[in-house]
Amino acid sequence: MSSHRLLAMFKDFDDAFDVVDKIKGKALSGVEIEDVTMMSPIEHPDVDEKLGDRPSNIGYFTLMGAIFGVSFGFFFLSSAQASFLVQPQGGKPVIPLPTNFVLMYEMLIFFSVWTTVFVFLGMSGLLSRRGTLYSEKLTVDEIGLVVEVEDDKLDSVKNFFKENQALEIREEKV
Amino acid sequence: MSQIIQDKVIDEKLEWSRINADVIASMQNPRRAYWITVAVCVAMFLCAIAAEIYQYKYGLGSAGLSNPHMWDMYIATFVFWIGMSHAGTLLSAILHIIHAQWRKPIYRFAEAMTTFSLMTAGFFPMIHLGRVWNLYWVLPYVSDRGIWPNFRSPLVWDAFAISTYLSSSALFLFIGMIPDMAILRDHTTGWRKKFYGILCLGWRGDDRQWRNFRRTYMLLACFLIPLAISVHSIVSSDFAMSIMPGWHVTTFPPYFVAGALYSGCAAIMTLFVCLRYFFRMEEYMTLNIMEKTCKLTFAIAMVWTYLNLIEFSATWYGHNMYDKELLIDKAVGPYAPVFWTMIFCGMVVPFTLCFQKLRRHMPSMFVVSILLNLGMYVERWMIVAPTLTLSHQPHQWDVLWGTVIEWAIVFGSFGWFGLLFLVFVKLFPCVSMYEVKELCFHLKHEIEEEEHEKKHAAKAAEKAGGGASPAGNPGLEGA
Repeated sequence: MSSHRLLAMFKDFDDAFDVVDKIKGKALSGVEIEDVTMMSPIEHPDVDEKLGDRPSNIGYFTLMGAIFGVSFGFFFLSSAQASFLVQPQGGKPVIPLPTNFVLMYEMLIFFSVWTTVFVFLGMSGLLSRRGTLYSEKLTVDEIGLVVEVEDDKLDSVKNFFKENQALEIREEKV
Repeated sequence: MSQIIQDKVIDEKLEWSRINADVIASMQNPRRAYWITVAVCVAMFLCAIAAEIYQYKYGLGSAGLSNPHMWDMYIATFVFWIGMSHAGTLLSAILHIIHAQWRKPIYRFAEAMTTFSLMTAGFFPMIHLGRVWNLYWVLPYVSDRGIWPNFRSPLVWDAFAISTYLSSSALFLFIGMIPDMAILRDHTTGWRKKFYGILCLGWRGDDRQWRNFRRTYMLLACFLIPLAISVHSIVSSDFAMSIMPGWHVTTFPPYFVAGALYSGCAAIMTLFVCLRYFFRMEEYMTLNIMEKTCKLTFAIAMVWTYLNLIEFSATWYGHNMYDKELLIDKAVGPYAPVFWTMIFCGMVVPFTLCFQKLRRHMPSMFVVSILLNLGMYVERWMIVAPTLTLSHQPHQWDVLWGTVIEWAIVFGSFGWFGLLFLVFVKLFPCVSMYEVKELCFHLKHEIEEEEHEKKHAAKAAEKAGGGASPAGNPGLEGA
C-alpha cells in the first residue's frame, strides 16, 4: 500500500508538543512517536525529552578522527625524520618526541575537526536529496511535525492535526 | 527590578519574523558610512599592493630589512594579526561552552574576525621572506634530494598550527551559519536565493539536524580553544626558543595568549560600534552587551598587565645583564616613546572601562578600543624591534623605524582585513538570527517563570498571613 508524508504546521512549540504528547499516548493509531520528525526555527531544549532518546553518535567519529590524527602525526613525522639522516642531529635523537608532540597535537585537532564536520554532514542528511515537504514559515516562527502514514489512515491523521490547532497541513506522496 | 530583567541583553518581545526581516534588511541597506569605509579600505589595500610590488622588484632592502633587523615590523604585525584572531575563539567558543547567552547577537562577526585575521596574518611571513616564491619550502613534503623541513623548528610548527587554526575556524564559522543560510534562502530572491540555497546545504531544521548541529558545534568549540592557545604559544616559541635577550622568557606563551585575547576583545569593541552604526543594529547589539564585552576586556587587560609586570620584575631581579640592559633601554632608549605608549594604552586606558557612563557611550568606546588596539600593536613591536636593536653583539646595534614600504604594507593589511570583513558582513548576517531567536525564547521563559514564582510566593504569603497583610508589600512588612 502506498503512503503519504504529512507536514502539519503549528503556531508554537506548546501546540506542537501537545500533539506529540497525544501521539505518545497512542491517541493516533498508525503513527508511532519514532516516526515523528519535528522541524523548527530553533532547537527547543526539551525536544529530546519529548520525542524520546535519539542519540547522536558524532562524538565517536570525532574520537576516531583524533586517534587517527595523532597516530598519523607520529608515523608521518617519524618516518620523515628516520629517512632524513643527512640532517645534523647534534647529539639529539633522530626522532625527538618532545618536539614531535607539538605537531602530533596539531594533527590530532586537524583530523578531529574535519572528521566531525564530514560526519555531521552525513548524519544530518545534508547535501542529500530529500522530500519536497517543506514550508518557508519553518525558518520564521512556526513549528512543523512530519509523519508518514498509510493511505487508509490519511484522512484520520489530517483530521487529528486539524483538531489540534494545526495552522496548515501539506502532504506529499512517498 | 529582578536580576534577569536588569541583565537582559535584548528585548525578549522581539517577534521572530521581525528578527529575520531586520537582519536581512540591514544586509541590503547599510548606511553610507559603510560604503565610505569600504572605499577607504580599498585605498589602503592598494597602497600595500603597490608597496609589495616595489619590494618584490627591488628586494627586502627597500623595507629596511637587513642584519640585524631581519624580522622587525612585518613579524610584529604577523603576531598582532594572529592575536586578533583569538577574539572569535574567546567570544564564540569559550563563551559558548560556559553558556554565556549574551554572546549570541555578536559572536558571528567575532568568528569572522578570527578567519580574516588569520588570512591577513598569513601574508606577513610570506612578505617578510622576500623570496615569496620559495614559501612552499615550509610545507611538509620531501624534496627530490630527500630533504624534509626541520620539524624541530617552531617556524615549521607555525605553518602547521596556523593552517590548522585557519581551516578549523573557517569550518566553525561556516557550520554556525548554516541555519541562517537556510533563513536567507527562504526569504531572499534572485541570485541571493540561489547563493544561500547552495551554502545552506539543504538545511531544513528537523530535530535530527538540530541535534547533530548542537553536538558538532560544541565539539568544534572544544577543539578550537586548545587550538587557539597552542597557536599563540607556538608563535611565542618563535621568540622564546631563541637565546636573544628579551625573547628567551618562560612566561612568553601565557603572555602572548593574554595579549591575544586582549587585542581580540578590543577589536570586537571597535567592530561592535561600527557594525551597530553601519547596519542600524541598535536593537540587537545592545548597550548591555557592550557593557559585558567591556568588563571582559577589562578583566583580560588586568591579566595582561600582571603578566607584563611579572616579566619586568623577573628581568629586573634576574640580573641577566643583557636582559636588564634591554629593559632599561626600552624605557629610556630610542624606543621609549613607543614603550610608554604601550604602557599608557595597554595598562592605563583600560581603567576607563570601569565607568558605566563611558561603557554605554559608543563614540567613547570607539576611541578607547582604538587606543587599546594601538597599545597592543606597539606591544608586539616592542617585543620584536628592541631585541634586534640591542642584541649580544655591539657591532650589530642599530635602531630601525621602518621604511615607507614597510609602513605601507602594514597599513594596507588593515585595509585588506577591513575589506574582507566588510564584504563578509554585507553578504552574510553579522547577527546570528537563529541564536537571537533562541535568546529571546529562553529570556521570555525565564521572565515568565520568575513572574509565576513571584505570584505563587505572594499567594502563599497571603494565605499564611490570613489575608491581613498582603505579601510583597514592603511598606507593610517594614512597618
